This record gives sequence, C-alpha cells and structure tokens, in this order.
Amino acid sequence: MDRQHRVRDGLTSAFLALLAALYLAPILIVLVNSFKGRFFISDAPFALPTARTFVGLQNYLSGIAKTGFLQAFGYSLFITVFSVATIVLFTSMTAWCITRVRSRTSSLFYYLLVYSMIVPFQMVMFTMSKMANVLHLDNPVGIIVLYLGFGAGLSVFVFSGFVKSIPVEIEEAATIDGCNPIQTFFLVVFPILKPIYITVAILNTMWIWNDYLLPYLVIGSNYRTIPIAVQYLQGGYGSRDMGAMMAMLVLAIVPIIVFYFSSQKYIIEGVVAGAVKG
Amino acid sequence: MPGMPKRFYAFFTLPTMLAFTLAFLIPFLLGIYLSFTEFTTVTDSRWVGISNYVRAFTDDRNFLNAAVFTVKFALVSVVLINVLAFSLALLLTRKLRGTNLFRTVFFMPNLIGGIVLGYVWQLIINGVLINFGVDITFSASYGFWGLVVLMNWQMVGYMMVIYIAGLQAIPTELIEAAKIDGANARQMLAGIKIPLVMPAFTICTFLTVSNSFKLFDQNLSLTGGAPARGSAMLALDIFSTFYGRTGYEGVGQAKAVVFFLFVALVVLLQLRYSRSREVVN
Repeated sequence: MDRQHRVRDGLTSAFLALLAALYLAPILIVLVNSFKGRFFISDAPFALPTARTFVGLQNYLSGIAKTGFLQAFGYSLFITVFSVATIVLFTSMTAWCITRVRSRTSSLFYYLLVYSMIVPFQMVMFTMSKMANVLHLDNPVGIIVLYLGFGAGLSVFVFSGFVKSIPVEIEEAATIDGCNPIQTFFLVVFPILKPIYITVAILNTMWIWNDYLLPYLVIGSNYRTIPIAVQYLQGGYGSRDMGAMMAMLVLAIVPIIVFYFSSQKYIIEGVVAGAVKG
Repeated sequence: MPGMPKRFYAFFTLPTMLAFTLAFLIPFLLGIYLSFTEFTTVTDSRWVGISNYVRAFTDDRNFLNAAVFTVKFALVSVVLINVLAFSLALLLTRKLRGTNLFRTVFFMPNLIGGIVLGYVWQLIINGVLINFGVDITFSASYGFWGLVVLMNWQMVGYMMVIYIAGLQAIPTELIEAAKIDGANARQMLAGIKIPLVMPAFTICTFLTVSNSFKLFDQNLSLTGGAPARGSAMLALDIFSTFYGRTGYEGVGQAKAVVFFLFVALVVLLQLRYSRSREVVN
C-alpha cells in the first residue's frame, strides 16, 4: 500500500472514531447527569458534577421508588420472554404448514398476515384494547395473546421465506419413515430452522421490550412496563423530577446494552437476515 | 405435503390464527365500522355516515397540519438516513482497522426504545437551546429538526448494517474485472456498487418510509406535540383526538382509517418503484 492510501485510511479512521464518540455522547451525558442533583440538570446538562451538585445514588433511589422500576423490570421481562417464546413456537408452526400445504386457505392466511404488517397500530388501538377488556386479556398473561396476534405478520413472513428454501424431500423421507406431520415438524424441520428462530426472536424482543402504546392502553393502569414507567415520570408540566428521570433512563438503557454486548453477533446478523427476508 | 389431514392443519395454524383474529382482524374490521359511527364505547355506537371523515378535516386544522408535518419529516429523514447509512457502509467495507467496533457503536441506538430516546435527546437539545433562552417546545421547527436528528441517530446504524450486507454480497469477480478494466473509484461506485446494492436499497427505503410515517413514541416523548400540537405527527394527532377529548372517538377512528390508507398507498408505491430499479440477474 502506498503512502497516499495510508494517509487516506488514517483520516477515515480518525473521522469514524470522532463520529463514534459523538454517537456515544448522548448516553454518556445522561449517565453523568444521573449523579447530579435534580435542579442542576436542565440548566447545565453538559457540566460535570461538582462537590455541590453531586448526589450519589439519590436519583436512582427516588426514581426506583417513584416509578416502581423493579416491578416494571419484572413485568417487562416476563411479558417479553413469554411473548417471544409463544410467537416463535406458534408462528413457525403456522409458517411451515401454510408454506407446505398449498391451498386457498393457506394463501388467504398468508396474505392476511403479511398485509397486517402495513397497518398502523392507531388503526386498531381503541378496538383492540376494548377487545382485551372484554376477553380479560388485560393482564401480563393475556397480553401474550395480543402480542402473538400482532407479531404474527412479520414472524410468519420471515419463517415462510426460510421454509421455502428447505428441500421438501427431507420431510417426505420422514413421512415415508412413518412420521406424522407433528413429528416431522418437531424432529426434522425445527432443528433446520434454528438460525431463523434466533432472528425472529431478536426482532420480536427488540419490539416487545421497547413497546409503549400497546401495554399502556391494555394493562397500563395496573401494570407498568419499563417504557410506561419512564413516561410516567413525565407527569404534569413543570413537576418533573429531572434527577429521577436521568436515573430511570440509565436503568432502562443498561439491560439493553448488556443484552447487546452478550449476543451482539447474533443481533446484527439476525436483524440483517430478518430485513433481507422481509 | 398436499394431503395433510384437517386435524393436523388445525393444530399448526389455529393458535396463531385465533390470536391474530382476536388481536388484529376483529379490531381492524370493527375499527372501519366505528369510523362511520359516533361512540364512546363499542356498544353505544350510532351510525352517522361519513360525517366523522368530514369533521376530521374541517373541525380544526390539526389533522392536515400533522399530515404536512409527517410528509415533510418522512421525506427529509428517508433521504438523510439512507445517504448517511450508505456512506458509512462504504467506509466500513474498506477493511480498515476497528471496523467491527464502529459497526457495533453505530448500530446500538437502534436497540433503545423510542420513549427513552426521546427523553435522552430532549436533554441534549434543550441543553443547547437554553443558551439562546428557549427550549424545544418554543417552535414546531425545533421539534421537527429534533426529531430528524433523533431518527437519524436511531436508524442510520440499522440501515448501515443492511447496506454493508448488500455491499459484501457483490461478487468479488465483478470488482476485480472492473479494476482490470481500469475503472476508478467513482465509476466503480456508479457502475457496480450502487446498481448491485439496489435490493438493500429497497429494504432500507421500505423500513425508513414506514417507520417515519408511523413514528409515535419518539414524538410523544421528545415534544409531546408542543407547541400546541404544532409538532404532532399523524399517529400522535390520532392518539390525542381519541383520548384527548370525549365525543371525538369517531373522528379519531376516521382519522386512523385515512392514516392507514395513506400509509398503505405510500408503502406499496415505494416498493413498486424501488423493485423496478433492482438489477435482475
């Protein structure tokens, strides 16, 4: 490599490093402010804490107490884990079945599910939350059914795209060996679909963990998830506790960063695979 | 498997389709019906014809203002996000040191939820504006550019990883052949990279268009529509119409139907347009 190239690459790297620093700055600024007294944040968010403004963990304690953050974390975790598990299990079964059984019913199901992805949530938010009331789905267990119904479109779409690429001969061999469709699916197809399970699980985890409006309308008055707890701090105009807000933002971001760094490779690959199929 | 017995077919499809019907299909159809009625709950609805649709546009200018705001926002965001994401993808496919680290950092904001992102940027933007004695609720255009910055911060990294995958899928023989033929960097970009990355472009424009039009959480937390709903996008305007004042539920539902038709039209046109530009191998 000649000198000109080296200089150019060096400049590019320096530019990218600067940009990366700018990318991280907003989160670091929130982190720094979470240790400052509530009245020293809005006026000077870019100032470091001083002996006078530093309050230690006080914002965290008051924020957790005000929002019930620990419970919110529990609800978010419960709803996300069980909804995602339910979605990947049932939608993969459905996707395989309607891809393999070519019939009018199958294509009706497929098009209904796929076109539901375009519909904005506002179109159904009122009627859906009324429906949830009537059917007693307005609790952390019932909401799983709603997430299955809502997540079905994207998940069936991604699974179907993948099922099409599996040679059908493998399944036919299983049938000849005496497997019924349930055995064929769980013993033969399920293991082949594994990488795409990770993709679908990640896409749904990102959505459900961060979802605000659906849980707010359906269970928000009795159960707060993390986004609802953060929004709850907003309160009436002018009454907001900025210290508690900063601490809650940090606490909301930390689990995501931990999750991201623990399975970063799968997340980026999963998101790309989901997008390319989608 | 053309001859799957019915009971097996039901076993595989029933749980999903039942949940889909309850959570989506019935509420969707009921929503269309209710847009032609006056109601406060589902059971007390009274048929009023198209008057909700007329009122959505004539009672006040909120809906039209929100529509204009949303279209402008979507145009600016979609162009900016895709240009920035593609440029970064080009830089990160040059096999420089630290590429993985940069990719990790740029992608990260995409995982953080809209409500949290809104409050993070509210702090930053107000921290800058306080030097001029104002805050983000001072003018709708502050809210507009605030949302543009936020949306770029959130989505550039996401689109970038899709463009990177697209660029990496270009066969190396093509690049080599072009080099042997003496193509310079610009010719390589215009003649090979851009045409062959079109499938990724289709996906990225689809995701940015539909996310920009449907934006809600970020809008709610960053400005809440302030000042006086001047920075409210369509989704937020519909939410405020529904839950802001009683007697307007029917109007809110009519706005939602219009919103749905509008989003569907835009998304389908966009897909058709960008699909037509993909290179067919």
